[in-house]
Amino acid sequence: MSATQQRHVVARSADIPVGGRKVVTVRGREIVIFNVSGGFYGLINRCPHQGAKLSTGEIVSRLVAPEPGDYRLTRPGEMIRCPWHCWEFDIRTGQSLCDPNSVQARAYDVAVQPGKALVEGPFVAEAVEVQVEDDYIVVTL
Amino acid sequence: MARPVQGLIDTDVHVTVPDTRTLLPYLEPYWREHVQRRGLERENLESSAFPSSAPINLRPDWKPETGLAGARLERLQRDLLDPFGHRYAILNCVHGAQMMFSEDLSLAFCRAINEWVKAAWLDKDERLRASIVVPPHSAELAAEEVERLAGDHRFVQILTLAMGELPLGRRQHWPLYRVAEAYGLPIGIHAGSSFRHPPSAGGWGSLYLEDYVSYAQGSASALNSMISEGVFVKFPALKVVLIESGVTWLPASLWRLDKTWRGVRAEVPWLEEQPTQTIRRNVRMTLQPFDAPPSADQLAKIMAQLGSEEMLLFSSDYPHWHFDGMDAIPDGLSEALVHKICIENPLNTYARLKETTP
Amino acid sequence: MNVTVLDRAPDRSREAMDPSILGFIDCDVHPFVKGPNDFDPFLSKRWLEHKQTIGNRSRQGLAKTSMYPRMSPGVGQRMDAWPKGGGHPGSDLPLMQEQLLDLFDVSYGLLAPLVGGAAGERNVEFGAAMASAVNEWQLAHWCDLDPRLLGAVQVNIEWTEAAIAEIEKRAGDKRWAQVNIPPRGLEPLGRRRYWPILRACAEAGFPVSLHLGGTSGHASTGGGWPSFYHDEHPSYVQSMQTLVTSLVCEGVFEEIPDLKIVLVEGGFAWLPALCWRLDKHWKRLKAECPSLTMAPSDYVKKHIWVTTQPIEEPEQPVDMLSILEWIGPEKVMFSTDYPHWDQDDPRYAFKVRLPEAWKRMIFKDNAKALYRLD
Repeated sequence: MSATQQRHVVARSADIPVGGRKVVTVRGREIVIFNVSGGFYGLINRCPHQGAKLSTGEIVSRLVAPEPGDYRLTRPGEMIRCPWHCWEFDIRTGQSLCDPNSVQARAYDVAVQPGKALVEGPFVAEAVEVQVEDDYIVVTL
Repeated sequence: MARPVQGLIDTDVHVTVPDTRTLLPYLEPYWREHVQRRGLERENLESSAFPSSAPINLRPDWKPETGLAGARLERLQRDLLDPFGHRYAILNCVHGAQMMFSEDLSLAFCRAINEWVKAAWLDKDERLRASIVVPPHSAELAAEEVERLAGDHRFVQILTLAMGELPLGRRQHWPLYRVAEAYGLPIGIHAGSSFRHPPSAGGWGSLYLEDYVSYAQGSASALNSMISEGVFVKFPALKVVLIESGVTWLPASLWRLDKTWRGVRAEVPWLEEQPTQTIRRNVRMTLQPFDAPPSADQLAKIMAQLGSEEMLLFSSDYPHWHFDGMDAIPDGLSEALVHKICIENPLNTYARLKETTP
Repeated sequence: MNVTVLDRAPDRSREAMDPSILGFIDCDVHPFVKGPNDFDPFLSKRWLEHKQTIGNRSRQGLAKTSMYPRMSPGVGQRMDAWPKGGGHPGSDLPLMQEQLLDLFDVSYGLLAPLVGGAAGERNVEFGAAMASAVNEWQLAHWCDLDPRLLGAVQVNIEWTEAAIAEIEKRAGDKRWAQVNIPPRGLEPLGRRRYWPILRACAEAGFPVSLHLGGTSGHASTGGGWPSFYHDEHPSYVQSMQTLVTSLVCEGVFEEIPDLKIVLVEGGFAWLPALCWRLDKHWKRLKAECPSLTMAPSDYVKKHIWVTTQPIEEPEQPVDMLSILEWIGPEKVMFSTDYPHWDQDDPRYAFKVRLPEAWKRMIFKDNAKALYRLD
């Protein structure tokens, strides 16, 4: 974490079921948090192409084909598809399915913190009620 | 204005069958009788795509006193090979045989044409090489003809037409591509149409000028199909040459194809590589006609947008009329690039040209 | 590694929006029906019955949907434009206002209703009736409710007299911006049989917008029908190229000097190379078109405009500038194509900084001049 970054509590992990998503705002920027198979990942809520809100897109699988006609469905629920031009991004890394080297939705470092540590640390909560028994979702920004 | 380099390789030279009777001796006995029963040897099998006397297809100083341009070796030698200093010329015979509905009749004629090309041209001037003329509407029969001739290394390419009945990428064509890849023979997609369809969904226009202009978009759609259908995924070593397409349409077409791919890739998930990268690797274009922009600055930009010094292959498109004198190279290209266009790029595209003895 | 990350905070507040863009004229907006009976009030009893029994018939195999399925629901709509109260994207005026007209303070939105099937209808009498009904629907449901929206006169060009009657009926009515003809027709639009209709458009002072699409029954490409939407999508460019070639080479612009053509949703980066090709080969084949008094590209420069969407994305973004320069920035007009999937956002469509003068032209002044808007 760099000197200017801060850790922000943005939601309770229970708020976002598996396969779900939630849009939060951190330091004036919209971030969409996804729950992919129990892991939490965050992307800035803006497609790098023309700025569409990724949060209104579709969560999809990674469709591949080693040969024409040999269709394979892989990694269900791990891609987000932009609602406009349908660009697909790996939710975990923000990497684009096309041009993985050149186009990325920016991924934000997302960690899930156990409740007790929060009470002790210098975290900034964004209008979220702190409960020590629950796991919290914290965004570093 | 740059002159073509001595020792150049010309990747598009048209030879013309003087008349259908010329092919009689080269038809198999069955087909010779069949053709004569039906009087086909009396028919003119000129393709609608290239009216032989249209000014664009007939440079005035290449017009013979009698007969069709491109029909006699002595004229080819005098008009083109000797003055330009060709090392090799690749002969492309675009013929009505490629238009026929009967695939078997088409094959019979294509065979005869290939035999005629051997006897009347390849055997008589060692600078000459040729594309194998195949029935474009049957991939199986086309593959047979390729298998038959592949052992003769003076045949360096397979000739098909940009606009047929099915887009060129479709799986029905794959038996031909399989054979082509196996023998290291590029698929030469010649501009033009067998007119199974009008030039686009806009319908049938009135003028030959409209048709001729449409050949660029026909080449574009052939390429789009080959990419979309995954021909280069299935046959990664296959090379394709767009012959007589016009060249400068390509950059905008690449941009459009890449953009479509980013959003529509889920439909064709075998496309893992950006189409432009695939095209720069597997596709080449012959030089003439070169639809040049009016200014040198614009020309430089278009050349930069092509994004590859390996892409262009010198061609005269003899006897078509796309330039005067020896002014076959667009202005403003560097000497090194001209050299590549004239020699290295064709050599690297047609592996058989590198062999010292055919 | 060349990483492109749109690193600007999404600022939706209007105050921060580029003033050259705010208030733009959107040259391609797609309204949609709320339900299958929207046109019924505007149809006679005969045609209402026909619609309910036989229905639309166009030159394709599927009766009720596109032959080439799109990549998102609703035949290719943006996923965030479905009205919360139900209905198809583009059917809800308040949502259109929220997502487009009010969001950007759009001065005018030029409608292109791809509903009703009038243009491609094989029964030309039904086609003429549907064209008229769709036109009434545009006025009642859109133009009269939000005066920023201007209609496009629908016609079926396979029945000349009816098409001319419909055009003349709408002439002089400021709620109409242009006449809409699909680029895919039985014959290219430059053919003589269509000249009377084009003449009527010019005499009525209407530009002709060729909005991509149409079901001519001819294969999408000169080499046949693609299997995939992936190569169908770029084939729309080829229809546009055929149109430009036909209109120019048939001498239509000599015949009808006031005719103005707008190419909508075909992109535009292909146009310079087509002009170079036309000019080059026309030199050899001039004798075929003796009525042309100037080079083909000169006719294009004089009579043809293009809209921007789907905006091209050159490999080097800066190449967009030379494309615009070659076409002429005065001939290019911005369009969103709201609410389709491949629509363009006016803030982010151009990936290169445009000169201010060009921005004003492309986003406002060119359309203002062409359509004679205040």
